[in-house]
Amino acid sequence: MASMLLFFTCLHAQVKRTVHHTGPAAAIARGKIVYTNICLACHMADGGGVQNMNPPLINTTYVLGDKTRLVKIVLNGFKEDVEINGQTYSNNMTPHSDLKDQQIADVLTYVRKSFGNKASVVTALEVKKVRATNTK
Amino acid sequence: MKMKKLFIFLLPILAVIGFILFNACKSAGNNNITADADNAGLTLPAGFGAVAVADNLGSARHLVVTPQGDIYVHLASPKDGKGILVLHEDGDKTTLKSSFANYGGTGIAIKNGYLYASNNTDVYRYKLNDKNEVINPDQPERIITGLLSKRMHQPKAIALDNDGNIYVNIGAYSNICSDFDPNKTGCPILDSAAGIWQFKADKPDQHYGDGIRYAGGLRNVVGLDWNQQDNQLFVMQHGRDALHDLFPNLYSVHQSAELPAECMFALKQGDNAGWPYVYYDWMQHKSMLGPEYGGDGIKPADPKYITPVAAYPGHYAPDGLLFYTGDQFPEKYKNGAFIAFHGSWNRAPEPQAGYCVVFQPFKDGKPDGKWEVFADGFAGTPEQKASGHAVHRPCGLAQGPDGSLYVTDDTKGRIYKITYKK
Repeated sequence: MASMLLFFTCLHAQVKRTVHHTGPAAAIARGKIVYTNICLACHMADGGGVQNMNPPLINTTYVLGDKTRLVKIVLNGFKEDVEINGQTYSNNMTPHSDLKDQQIADVLTYVRKSFGNKASVVTALEVKKVRATNTK
Repeated sequence: MKMKKLFIFLLPILAVIGFILFNACKSAGNNNITADADNAGLTLPAGFGAVAVADNLGSARHLVVTPQGDIYVHLASPKDGKGILVLHEDGDKTTLKSSFANYGGTGIAIKNGYLYASNNTDVYRYKLNDKNEVINPDQPERIITGLLSKRMHQPKAIALDNDGNIYVNIGAYSNICSDFDPNKTGCPILDSAAGIWQFKADKPDQHYGDGIRYAGGLRNVVGLDWNQQDNQLFVMQHGRDALHDLFPNLYSVHQSAELPAECMFALKQGDNAGWPYVYYDWMQHKSMLGPEYGGDGIKPADPKYITPVAAYPGHYAPDGLLFYTGDQFPEKYKNGAFIAFHGSWNRAPEPQAGYCVVFQPFKDGKPDGKWEVFADGFAGTPEQKASGHAVHRPCGLAQGPDGSLYVTDDTKGRIYKITYKK
């Protein structure tokens, strides 16, 4: 219980500290919080995913490639089998359209720059544009 | 320079150790001792030993061992075009005798002179000769076809009774039916999934309409076995995921890791185990109303749903169930249940857990007393286990003719043989 309390206190402190900063480092820090709360349970702390079920987020075109497609996965969820390096992953991903543009931008920036990934940032404006034209 | 001196100093010592090891291995072969020095990486109760009789087979799911010492093992997906391997055991090693079936799958069983095997939609059977060898591997008889298989919980695990029936799991293609029941008016997929169906073991090409929905409200069952003492089907349900992710205000991260229980049910025809409306809380020893349907972690479930006969920690993923009827193990194991727990993924950010074979004591056909970890160490180091990157994961269980216990691993494809040394 004490460690849980500490965990949330840290989260709180981190949000406070970084919310007004800009730049990739701040986006990554904020994105990590979103990732921990929303994504980690399935995609794991190391982005490695789960065999046969939840795809890894490490060095795949889904993460590193087209940003529009990536934003749409977060907004709409994902209900298709996906094959990565010969492995098929088949768990459904729930839509996360309730996240704000900035939160989606932050978490995708975090994912694209973590776990060994080295791709460009995603901005809130980019997410906003995709959301405006989003068709499932 | 220092290293070289050290090596010269150690050389004779190493030679002696090597000689001892060499002789130890030789004598092990001569005396037919059925255990590796390290029990193939497993930790076991005192008096038990383990050896890996096969390795790197592919995704080895369920298996069955014949009185003649042949092992039929079903691979999740075919390797070199073959989904069922036949291994022959000789001493502590096996050799590949043959392989057949152009499909992968989980279910495999032997009953009344036939080998039964399933893929994700169909069940086949193969006539056996008097040595329990498949007579015509390329021409199985298809006895069940057209079962639903929609990306999630696809494996059709099977078990047979003594009255000519076969029981087939048809798993729910959803975690908790939310995607199919948005207005909570009733989960519409229960008519054709999330249950155990009963079919005739000898009738060709049966469809849903030819079978009986034997028991429903079971999210997914992979481990199941016919209990000969009770003459009754026992199943292990994989409980739901994501209580905290979906209801952060009702369930803490820790509660979500431990709940719901993985449940053992003793089934009768017409039973309803309650998925997706209920789950079992093993810490409160109570069936609870699910949060999707108005539950809050305190409200109990409607008593019309059956309750489990035994419950285990959340997300351990029971993939194998076997009632032990052999004479080799000590008396307390007789007629008790072994459960192969595949190991969790839905406990993060808490450490992952499971990856073990559990023994559940039974008395007079009912669970009696607390379960205990029987075989552990499949996952590797504590770090490999906690992260979920387990090296080996237990899946299928079988009993050999001499009462040894066989366990498959579907990650690397190892088969463990566990014996009691006395």
